[in-house]
Amino acid sequence: MGATFIEKLIRRNTGLPEAKAGDIVTVNVDRVMIHDIFIPFVKDKFEEMGFTRLWDADKVVLIYDHLVPASQLDDPRHHRIGNAFAAQYGLTHVHRSDGICHQLMTEAGYVKPGDVVFGTDSHTTTYGCVGAFSSGIGYTEMAAILGTGTLWVKIPETIRIVIDGVLPDNVVSKDVILRIIGDLTAAGASYCALEFSGSCVEAMSVSSRMTMSNMAVEAGAKCALFTPDEKTAAYCEIPLTEELRALHGDDDAHYIRTLHYQAEELVPVLACPSQVDKIRPVRALAGLEIDQVFLGSCTNGRLEDLMAAAAILKGNQVAPFVKLIVTPASRKVYLQALENGTLDILAAAGAIITHPGCGLCCGRTGGILTDGERVVATNNRNFLGRMGTSKVEIFLASPATAAASAIAGRIAVPE
Amino acid sequence: MAETFTARIWVLGDDIDTDIVIPTEYLALKTVNDMRPYAFSPLRPELAAQIRPGDVIVAGSNFGCGSSREQAPEVIKALGVRCVIAGSFARIFFRNAINNGLLLIECPALRPDVADGDEVTVTVGREIVCKGKRYPIASLSDNLLEIVNAGGLVKAMRRRNGLD
Repeated sequence: MGATFIEKLIRRNTGLPEAKAGDIVTVNVDRVMIHDIFIPFVKDKFEEMGFTRLWDADKVVLIYDHLVPASQLDDPRHHRIGNAFAAQYGLTHVHRSDGICHQLMTEAGYVKPGDVVFGTDSHTTTYGCVGAFSSGIGYTEMAAILGTGTLWVKIPETIRIVIDGVLPDNVVSKDVILRIIGDLTAAGASYCALEFSGSCVEAMSVSSRMTMSNMAVEAGAKCALFTPDEKTAAYCEIPLTEELRALHGDDDAHYIRTLHYQAEELVPVLACPSQVDKIRPVRALAGLEIDQVFLGSCTNGRLEDLMAAAAILKGNQVAPFVKLIVTPASRKVYLQALENGTLDILAAAGAIITHPGCGLCCGRTGGILTDGERVVATNNRNFLGRMGTSKVEIFLASPATAAASAIAGRIAVPE
Repeated sequence: MAETFTARIWVLGDDIDTDIVIPTEYLALKTVNDMRPYAFSPLRPELAAQIRPGDVIVAGSNFGCGSSREQAPEVIKALGVRCVIAGSFARIFFRNAINNGLLLIECPALRPDVADGDEVTVTVGREIVCKGKRYPIASLSDNLLEIVNAGGLVKAMRRRNGLD
């Protein structure tokens, strides 16, 4: 019998040739990511555990993103503690204002196909876009990894998702993953690996795949995997070896479930308040008045997302009563969008362009909403109270739907 | 001998996410104790003040979904909650709770039968009894029991490092 992607990856990591779903194994960690919200807690736990040195400082990346720039009086304390930790234990990979952690981990080359990576953030599933096993953990487990370089995991069962065909012009990977989460439900992939394949997925850019692996955790998934191909190799600036090509699920492997989609049948969709799996076609809600639009986050704050919105906003104006907030995912994205004229178009259309970071997505700064307000947002969560009070309605959408809605001042189908 | 306790319960729904357990805006407070009054505030602002040490939370499926914030199980523990009984738990929350010594029990059958203020008698690893009805429950797997028995992951690591 064949093996799933995750079984092959774990066998490669652990040297256990028979490892299979359900086994509890100890993996060797290739890289970890800690962000500013949790660094004080990681430091405390690490020292309380009695560790005096990191297992490998080169494998640790510290990123300030949730609290950059500070919006509350206690925020800078996290950065001071992070700086002291970095100095004391010899961390060299520290990003203090370069962008959102998940964007930087892939963009700056910290994650390669086949790697095992953990981060103190649930959207760490993102790195599956380049074929890495990556998952979110808490700060206590992170502290234990910093000391030991290992973590126990139960090898997950796999749900295989095959998407064939060509997407309609106004449908992008965000619509695809929202539809999948709606079908799986918010707990439908709990403890499972998602494995994506099919001609539609093969045609997607790494950025588009990133949107999907990022949101896999919204169905409860432990990780979400895309087979490394030429695009992955180019993105990661590595050669595409036969060994990496072999990182895919075998047809005769054991899958607990397989979902098939035909891309031509997919439509633009929204996740409605306040569940990520409450999915409806955009056309069913078209006309609903909105107060704000958010374009950004580790889900949809990349260059292709900003450009998709700019293509719709070019020559148009954001509705007078709507605030369009644009937050590039990283400094690199910001500079690229500046250089190719995308930011000009967005600014001319009336966008408020902010610094890269987590900002509004985690509800701390840069566009907080209040009772009765409605927002169309490109990020990954519409939980109660996520972007302000618990009486804010958050609709999750693609960058194209967000841009069309910003112009209309109402939920609108992108054309 | 299996541990048994009786407790008053608070009943919540499905998909109780960690933004509900403790919203992001309170995560930069200095200690988990400072966060205590805000637990569950987006959903039930009065609940944190109503929960007494020893109470139990009963919820539906996918409890603790959402972010990786470990303050979620920690703040529940800080409120004195004896255990959380849910239909199922989200993955990261589950690990975080075990690593902090918060007892979690999976029991999908209980929640439809109960309301706020009911009493449950829990025999860990064996059964829950509520209003005369018995609900069988499973025991934790060995590798998790090892962490819980050590008193959480910090203590397990201290032992590894020869400190305790």
